Amino acid sequence: MASILKTAQAGTLESSDIMITVTPGAKGSGVVIDLESIVLAQYGEDIRAIIENIVKKQEITDLYIKALDRGALDCTICARVLAALSRAGAVLKEEIL
Amino acid sequence: MELRRSMLFIPGNNPGMLQNGGVFGADSVILDLEDAVAPMEKDAARFLVAHALRTVDYGCSEKVIRINPLDTFAADDIKAIVPCCPDTILVPKVESAADIHQVSAMIAATEKPGQTPVKIIALLETPCGIVEAYNIAKADSRVVALALGAEDYTAGLGAMRTKEGTEIFTVRTILINAAAAAGIQSIDTPYTDANDEEGLLNDTQLAKRLGFKGKLSINPRQIDAIHNVFNPSLSDIDWAQQVIHAIRKAEAEGSGVASLNGKMVDLPIVNRAERILHLAQLLGLMEGEK
Repeated sequence: MASILKTAQAGTLESSDIMITVTPGAKGSGVVIDLESIVLAQYGEDIRAIIENIVKKQEITDLYIKALDRGALDCTICARVLAALSRAGAVLKEEIL
Repeated sequence: MELRRSMLFIPGNNPGMLQNGGVFGADSVILDLEDAVAPMEKDAARFLVAHALRTVDYGCSEKVIRINPLDTFAADDIKAIVPCCPDTILVPKVESAADIHQVSAMIAATEKPGQTPVKIIALLETPCGIVEAYNIAKADSRVVALALGAEDYTAGLGAMRTKEGTEIFTVRTILINAAAAAGIQSIDTPYTDANDEEGLLNDTQLAKRLGFKGKLSINPRQIDAIHNVFNPSLSDIDWAQQVIHAIRKAEAEGSGVASLNGKMVDLPIVNRAERILHLAQLLGLMEGEK
Protein backbone atom coordinates (compact mmCIF):
# COMPACT_ATOMS: atom_id res chain seq x y z
CA MET A 1 0.00 0.00 0.00
CA ALA A 2 1.19 3.49 -0.88
CA SER A 3 0.45 6.89 0.55
CA ILE A 4 0.87 10.58 -0.08
CA LEU A 5 2.93 12.94 2.02
CA LYS A 6 1.18 16.30 1.76
CA THR A 7 -1.78 18.19 0.36
CA ALA A 8 -1.49 19.02 -3.35
CA GLN A 9 -3.64 20.32 -6.15
CA ALA A 10 -3.90 20.06 -9.95
CA GLY A 11 -6.28 21.42 -12.56
CA THR A 12 -8.28 24.61 -12.85
CA LEU A 13 -11.86 25.83 -12.59
CA GLU A 14 -12.05 26.60 -16.31
CA SER A 15 -14.63 24.95 -18.51
CA SER A 16 -13.80 21.34 -19.48
CA ASP A 17 -11.34 21.05 -16.57
CA ILE A 18 -11.50 19.63 -13.06
CA MET A 19 -9.65 20.85 -9.98
CA ILE A 20 -8.42 18.02 -7.81
CA THR A 21 -7.09 18.50 -4.28
CA VAL A 22 -5.69 15.50 -2.45
CA THR A 23 -4.98 15.42 1.29
CA PRO A 24 -3.51 12.59 3.37
CA GLY A 25 -6.20 10.91 5.48
CA ALA A 26 -5.94 9.45 8.95
CA LYS A 27 -4.85 5.82 9.06
CA GLY A 28 -7.80 3.58 8.34
CA SER A 29 -10.00 6.40 7.03
CA GLY A 30 -10.05 4.99 3.50
CA VAL A 31 -10.54 6.95 0.30
CA VAL A 32 -13.09 9.76 0.64
CA ILE A 33 -14.19 11.66 -2.46
CA ASP A 34 -15.99 14.98 -2.15
CA LEU A 35 -17.29 15.77 -5.62
CA GLU A 36 -18.92 18.94 -6.95
CA SER A 37 -19.83 18.98 -10.61
CA ILE A 38 -21.94 20.94 -13.07
CA VAL A 39 -23.07 17.54 -14.37
CA LEU A 40 -23.36 15.80 -10.99
CA ALA A 41 -26.83 14.42 -11.68
CA GLN A 42 -25.87 12.95 -15.05
CA TYR A 43 -22.25 11.86 -14.55
CA GLY A 44 -21.48 12.08 -10.83
CA GLU A 45 -21.19 8.33 -10.35
CA ASP A 46 -19.02 7.97 -13.46
CA ILE A 47 -16.62 10.71 -12.35
CA ARG A 48 -16.42 9.20 -8.88
CA ALA A 49 -15.69 5.77 -10.38
CA ILE A 50 -12.88 7.14 -12.57
CA ILE A 51 -11.23 8.80 -9.57
CA GLU A 52 -11.63 5.71 -7.41
CA ASN A 53 -10.20 3.51 -10.14
CA ILE A 54 -7.04 5.60 -10.49
CA VAL A 55 -6.44 5.70 -6.75
CA LYS A 56 -7.04 1.97 -6.54
CA LYS A 57 -4.55 1.28 -9.34
CA GLN A 58 -1.96 3.29 -7.48
CA GLU A 59 -2.81 1.30 -4.33
CA ILE A 60 -3.12 4.49 -2.33
CA THR A 61 -5.25 4.29 0.80
CA ASP A 62 -6.39 6.79 3.40
CA LEU A 63 -6.91 9.78 1.17
CA TYR A 64 -9.31 12.71 1.01
CA ILE A 65 -10.05 14.02 -2.48
CA LYS A 66 -11.87 17.25 -3.23
CA ALA A 67 -12.98 17.37 -6.88
CA LEU A 68 -14.49 20.50 -8.45
CA ASP A 69 -15.59 19.47 -11.93
CA ARG A 70 -16.38 21.85 -14.78
CA GLY A 71 -17.34 19.24 -17.37
CA ALA A 72 -14.02 17.43 -17.78
CA LEU A 73 -13.68 14.43 -20.05
CA ASP A 74 -12.47 11.11 -18.63
CA CYS A 75 -8.93 11.66 -19.90
CA THR A 76 -8.74 15.06 -18.18
CA ILE A 77 -10.01 13.60 -14.89
CA CYS A 78 -7.35 10.85 -15.05
CA ALA A 79 -4.59 13.33 -15.87
CA ARG A 80 -5.54 15.77 -13.10
CA VAL A 81 -5.82 13.06 -10.43
CA LEU A 82 -2.44 11.62 -11.37
CA ALA A 83 -0.87 15.08 -11.40
CA ALA A 84 -2.27 15.86 -7.95
CA LEU A 85 -1.09 12.54 -6.52
CA SER A 86 2.35 13.02 -8.03
CA ARG A 87 2.60 16.52 -6.57
CA ALA A 88 1.52 15.12 -3.19
CA GLY A 89 4.54 12.86 -3.18
CA ALA A 90 3.03 9.61 -4.40
CA VAL A 91 5.43 7.41 -6.31
CA LEU A 92 3.20 6.49 -9.21
CA LYS A 93 3.38 2.92 -10.39
CA GLU A 94 2.71 3.71 -14.00
CA GLU A 95 2.79 7.43 -14.52
CA ILE A 96 0.59 7.60 -17.57
CA LEU A 97 -1.69 4.55 -17.52
CA MET B 1 4.72 13.40 -49.18
CA GLU B 2 2.92 14.36 -45.98
CA LEU B 3 0.85 17.53 -45.99
CA ARG B 4 1.95 20.14 -43.49
CA ARG B 5 0.36 23.24 -44.99
CA SER B 6 -0.87 24.28 -41.56
CA MET B 7 0.49 23.28 -38.15
CA LEU B 8 -1.74 24.57 -35.34
CA PHE B 9 -0.38 25.14 -31.82
CA ILE B 10 -2.67 24.05 -28.97
CA PRO B 11 -1.76 24.86 -25.34
CA GLY B 12 -0.86 21.64 -23.56
CA ASN B 13 -2.49 22.51 -20.23
CA ASN B 14 -5.88 23.56 -21.60
CA PRO B 15 -8.30 20.57 -21.63
CA GLY B 16 -11.00 22.44 -23.57
CA MET B 17 -8.67 23.25 -26.44
CA LEU B 18 -6.92 19.87 -26.36
CA GLN B 19 -10.18 17.95 -26.72
CA ASN B 20 -11.31 20.10 -29.67
CA GLY B 21 -8.00 20.25 -31.52
CA GLY B 22 -9.14 17.85 -34.22
CA VAL B 23 -12.10 19.87 -35.46
CA PHE B 24 -10.22 22.71 -37.12
CA GLY B 25 -8.92 20.74 -40.10
CA ALA B 26 -5.25 21.64 -39.65
CA ASP B 27 -2.83 19.27 -41.34
CA SER B 28 -0.99 19.01 -38.02
CA VAL B 29 -1.92 19.84 -34.45
CA ILE B 30 0.96 20.74 -32.16
CA LEU B 31 0.14 19.96 -28.54
CA ASP B 32 2.46 22.40 -26.82
CA LEU B 33 4.38 21.57 -23.65
CA GLU B 34 6.79 24.47 -24.04
CA ASP B 35 5.95 28.16 -24.29
CA ALA B 36 2.20 27.77 -23.78
CA VAL B 37 2.68 26.11 -20.39
CA ALA B 38 3.79 27.92 -17.22
CA PRO B 39 6.88 26.45 -15.55
CA MET B 40 4.90 25.30 -12.49
CA GLU B 41 2.39 23.45 -14.70
CA LYS B 42 4.81 21.43 -16.84
CA ASP B 43 4.10 18.21 -14.95
CA ALA B 44 0.32 18.60 -15.16
CA ALA B 45 0.47 19.42 -18.88
CA ARG B 46 2.56 16.32 -19.51
CA PHE B 47 -0.12 14.12 -17.90
CA LEU B 48 -2.85 15.91 -19.82
CA VAL B 49 -1.20 15.70 -23.23
CA ALA B 50 -0.29 12.05 -22.69
CA HIS B 51 -3.92 11.20 -21.91
CA ALA B 52 -5.20 13.33 -24.79
CA LEU B 53 -2.93 11.44 -27.19
CA ARG B 54 -4.41 8.15 -26.05
CA THR B 55 -8.05 9.13 -26.13
CA VAL B 56 -8.82 12.26 -28.21
CA ASP B 57 -9.62 11.76 -31.90
CA TYR B 58 -7.55 14.23 -33.89
CA GLY B 59 -8.99 12.98 -37.17
CA CYS B 60 -6.62 13.27 -40.11
CA SER B 61 -4.37 15.78 -38.34
CA GLU B 62 -0.81 14.73 -37.66
CA LYS B 63 -0.26 14.57 -33.89
CA VAL B 64 2.82 16.64 -33.07
CA ILE B 65 4.07 17.38 -29.57
CA ARG B 66 6.32 20.35 -28.90
CA ILE B 67 8.53 19.25 -26.04
CA ASN B 68 10.61 21.52 -23.84
CA PRO B 69 14.23 22.37 -24.72
CA LEU B 70 16.95 19.80 -24.13
CA ASP B 71 18.40 21.75 -21.21
CA THR B 72 15.10 21.80 -19.32
CA PHE B 73 12.35 19.13 -19.37
CA ALA B 74 12.90 17.40 -22.72
CA ALA B 75 13.88 14.05 -21.20
CA ASP B 76 10.80 13.93 -18.95
CA ASP B 77 8.57 14.96 -21.87
CA ILE B 78 9.92 12.28 -24.20
CA LYS B 79 9.66 9.58 -21.55
CA ALA B 80 6.01 10.40 -20.93
CA ILE B 81 4.89 11.21 -24.45
CA VAL B 82 6.60 8.78 -26.84
CA PRO B 83 4.86 5.63 -25.47
CA CYS B 84 1.53 7.38 -26.23
CA CYS B 85 2.30 7.15 -29.96
CA PRO B 86 2.55 10.72 -31.21
CA ASP B 87 3.38 11.02 -34.90
CA THR B 88 6.07 13.63 -34.48
CA ILE B 89 8.08 15.48 -31.86
CA LEU B 90 8.74 19.19 -32.45
CA VAL B 91 12.06 19.98 -30.80
CA PRO B 92 12.53 23.65 -29.89
CA LYS B 93 15.77 25.65 -29.97
CA VAL B 94 17.75 23.05 -31.89
CA GLU B 95 21.28 24.34 -32.43
CA SER B 96 23.28 21.38 -33.71
CA ALA B 97 23.16 17.90 -35.17
CA ALA B 98 24.20 16.64 -31.74
CA ASP B 99 20.91 17.96 -30.32
CA ILE B 100 19.02 15.84 -32.83
CA HIS B 101 21.19 12.80 -32.11
CA GLN B 102 20.38 13.19 -28.41
CA VAL B 103 16.64 13.48 -28.99
CA SER B 104 16.61 10.59 -31.43
CA ALA B 105 18.43 8.36 -28.93
CA MET B 106 15.95 9.26 -26.19
CA ILE B 107 13.02 8.52 -28.49
CA ALA B 108 14.52 5.18 -29.53
CA ALA B 109 15.00 4.22 -25.88
CA THR B 110 11.34 4.98 -25.13
CA GLU B 111 9.50 3.64 -28.18
CA LYS B 112 7.51 0.47 -27.60
CA PRO B 113 8.26 -2.62 -29.71
CA GLY B 114 6.40 -2.40 -33.01
CA GLN B 115 5.55 1.27 -32.59
CA THR B 116 5.60 3.40 -35.72
CA PRO B 117 8.85 5.37 -35.53
CA VAL B 118 8.30 8.84 -34.13
CA LYS B 119 9.41 11.60 -36.50
CA ILE B 120 11.24 14.80 -35.58
CA ILE B 121 10.71 18.38 -36.72
CA ALA B 122 13.54 20.71 -35.71
CA LEU B 123 12.47 24.20 -34.68
CA LEU B 124 15.30 26.60 -35.48
CA GLU B 125 14.97 29.81 -33.50
CA THR B 126 18.48 30.91 -32.67
CA PRO B 127 21.34 32.29 -34.78
CA CYS B 128 23.38 29.14 -34.03
CA GLY B 129 20.51 26.94 -35.20
CA ILE B 130 20.34 28.79 -38.50
CA VAL B 131 24.10 28.44 -39.03
CA GLU B 132 23.77 24.67 -38.52
CA ALA B 133 20.52 24.26 -40.49
CA TYR B 134 21.79 21.78 -43.09
CA ASN B 135 23.66 19.61 -40.57
CA ILE B 136 20.53 19.53 -38.41
CA ALA B 137 18.37 18.60 -41.40
CA LYS B 138 20.72 15.73 -42.27
CA ALA B 139 21.38 14.61 -38.70
CA ASP B 140 18.93 11.72 -38.50
CA SER B 141 16.44 9.86 -40.68
CA ARG B 142 13.67 10.80 -38.22
CA VAL B 143 13.98 14.48 -39.21
CA VAL B 144 11.19 15.29 -41.68
CA ALA B 145 11.14 19.09 -41.58
CA LEU B 146 12.83 22.26 -40.40
CA ALA B 147 10.59 24.94 -38.91
CA LEU B 148 11.40 28.58 -38.26
CA GLY B 149 10.70 30.31 -34.97
CA ALA B 150 11.21 33.96 -35.85
CA GLU B 151 10.15 35.55 -32.57
CA ASP B 152 12.94 33.93 -30.54
CA TYR B 153 15.34 34.34 -33.45
CA THR B 154 14.88 38.10 -33.77
CA ALA B 155 15.00 38.44 -29.99
CA GLY B 156 18.36 36.66 -30.12
CA LEU B 157 19.56 39.08 -32.78
CA GLY B 158 18.24 42.12 -31.01
CA ALA B 159 16.30 42.94 -34.17
CA MET B 160 12.82 44.44 -34.26
CA ARG B 161 10.14 42.04 -35.54
CA THR B 162 8.01 43.65 -38.24
CA LYS B 163 4.94 42.60 -40.21
CA GLU B 164 6.89 42.96 -43.44
CA GLY B 165 9.46 40.46 -42.19
CA THR B 166 12.49 42.04 -43.85
CA GLU B 167 14.53 41.18 -40.77
CA ILE B 168 13.93 37.44 -41.29
CA PHE B 169 14.16 37.28 -45.09
CA THR B 170 17.69 35.86 -45.05
CA VAL B 171 17.01 33.20 -42.43
CA ARG B 172 13.88 32.13 -44.25
CA THR B 173 15.84 31.45 -47.43
CA ILE B 174 18.69 29.77 -45.55
CA LEU B 175 16.27 27.43 -43.80
CA ILE B 176 14.35 26.62 -46.98
CA ASN B 177 17.56 25.89 -48.86
CA ALA B 178 18.96 23.68 -46.09
CA ALA B 179 15.73 21.69 -45.90
CA ALA B 180 15.55 21.29 -49.68
CA ALA B 181 19.19 20.19 -49.85
CA ALA B 182 18.44 17.54 -47.25
CA GLY B 183 15.26 16.47 -49.03
CA ILE B 184 12.89 17.43 -46.22
CA GLN B 185 10.14 20.03 -45.75
CA SER B 186 10.45 23.60 -44.54
CA ILE B 187 7.76 25.20 -42.35
CA ASP B 188 7.44 28.95 -41.88
CA THR B 189 7.18 30.89 -38.62
CA PRO B 190 3.67 31.74 -37.37
CA TYR B 191 2.00 35.06 -38.11
CA THR B 192 1.30 36.20 -34.58
CA ASP B 193 -1.40 38.84 -35.11
CA ALA B 194 -4.51 36.66 -35.30
CA ASN B 195 -6.71 39.68 -36.07
CA ASP B 196 -4.75 40.84 -39.12
CA GLU B 197 -6.13 38.75 -42.00
CA GLU B 198 -4.46 40.79 -44.71
CA GLY B 199 -1.11 40.56 -42.97
CA LEU B 200 -1.50 36.80 -42.65
CA LEU B 201 -2.35 36.51 -46.34
CA ASN B 202 0.66 38.56 -47.44
CA ASP B 203 3.02 36.73 -45.08
CA THR B 204 1.77 33.29 -46.20
CA GLN B 205 1.97 34.19 -49.88
CA LEU B 206 5.57 35.32 -49.38
CA ALA B 207 6.34 32.06 -47.56
CA LYS B 208 4.95 30.02 -50.45
CA ARG B 209 6.81 32.08 -53.07
CA LEU B 210 10.07 31.51 -51.20
CA GLY B 211 9.53 27.75 -51.12
CA PHE B 212 8.08 26.92 -47.71
CA LYS B 213 5.77 23.89 -47.69
CA GLY B 214 3.63 25.07 -44.79
CA LYS B 215 3.20 27.50 -41.93
CA LEU B 216 2.94 27.31 -38.17
CA SER B 217 -0.29 28.77 -36.81
CA ILE B 218 -1.31 30.15 -33.43
CA ASN B 219 -5.04 30.46 -34.02
CA PRO B 220 -7.63 28.13 -35.65
CA ARG B 221 -9.01 31.13 -37.59
CA GLN B 222 -5.78 31.19 -39.61
CA ILE B 223 -6.13 27.66 -41.00
CA ASP B 224 -8.38 28.30 -43.99
CA ALA B 225 -6.35 31.29 -45.17
CA ILE B 226 -3.13 29.32 -44.96
CA HIS B 227 -4.63 26.38 -46.85
CA ASN B 228 -5.99 28.66 -49.55
CA VAL B 229 -2.49 29.99 -50.19
CA PHE B 230 -0.70 26.65 -50.17
CA ASN B 231 -3.34 24.81 -52.20
CA PRO B 232 -2.62 24.79 -55.94
CA SER B 233 -5.06 27.04 -57.80
CA LEU B 234 -7.16 25.76 -60.69
CA SER B 235 -4.93 27.70 -63.09
CA ASP B 236 -1.85 26.06 -61.49
CA ILE B 237 -3.40 22.64 -62.05
CA ASP B 238 -4.40 23.52 -65.60
CA TRP B 239 -0.86 24.72 -66.37
CA ALA B 240 0.66 21.59 -64.83
CA GLN B 241 -1.59 19.33 -66.88
CA GLN B 242 -0.64 21.19 -70.06
CA VAL B 243 3.05 20.81 -69.19
CA ILE B 244 2.72 17.07 -68.66
CA HIS B 245 0.73 16.71 -71.87
CA ALA B 246 3.35 18.69 -73.83
CA ILE B 247 6.32 16.72 -72.48
CA ARG B 248 4.61 13.37 -73.07
CA LYS B 249 3.90 14.40 -76.64
CA ALA B 250 7.52 15.50 -77.13
CA GLU B 251 8.81 12.25 -75.64
CA ALA B 252 6.63 10.28 -78.05
CA GLU B 253 8.29 12.21 -80.83
CA GLY B 254 11.74 11.37 -79.47
CA SER B 255 12.53 14.69 -77.79
CA GLY B 256 13.23 15.43 -74.10
CA VAL B 257 12.28 19.08 -74.44
CA ALA B 258 8.88 20.53 -75.33
CA SER B 259 7.38 23.95 -75.84
CA LEU B 260 4.25 25.36 -74.21
CA ASN B 261 2.89 28.75 -75.25
CA GLY B 262 6.31 29.67 -76.59
CA LYS B 263 8.17 28.73 -73.40
CA MET B 264 10.60 25.83 -73.09
CA VAL B 265 9.43 22.87 -71.01
CA ASP B 266 12.35 20.86 -69.66
CA LEU B 267 12.97 18.66 -66.62
CA PRO B 268 12.77 21.32 -63.85
CA ILE B 269 9.48 22.59 -65.27
CA VAL B 270 8.15 19.05 -65.50
CA ASN B 271 9.21 18.36 -61.92
CA ARG B 272 7.36 21.48 -60.73
CA ALA B 273 4.25 20.46 -62.68
CA GLU B 274 4.37 16.96 -61.22
CA ARG B 275 4.62 18.38 -57.69
CA ILE B 276 1.55 20.55 -58.30
CA LEU B 277 -0.46 17.62 -59.65
CA HIS B 278 0.67 15.37 -56.80
CA LEU B 279 -0.45 17.98 -54.26
CA ALA B 280 -3.73 18.48 -56.13
CA GLN B 281 -4.36 14.73 -56.04
CA LEU B 282 -3.61 14.55 -52.31
CA LEU B 283 -6.11 17.36 -51.71
CA GLY B 284 -8.76 15.86 -53.98
CA LEU B 285 -8.68 18.90 -56.25
CA MET B 286 -8.31 16.95 -59.48
CA GLU B 287 -11.94 15.84 -59.46
CA GLY B 288 -13.01 19.45 -59.01
CA GLU B 289 -11.05 20.33 -62.09
CA LYS B 290 -13.09 17.98 -64.28
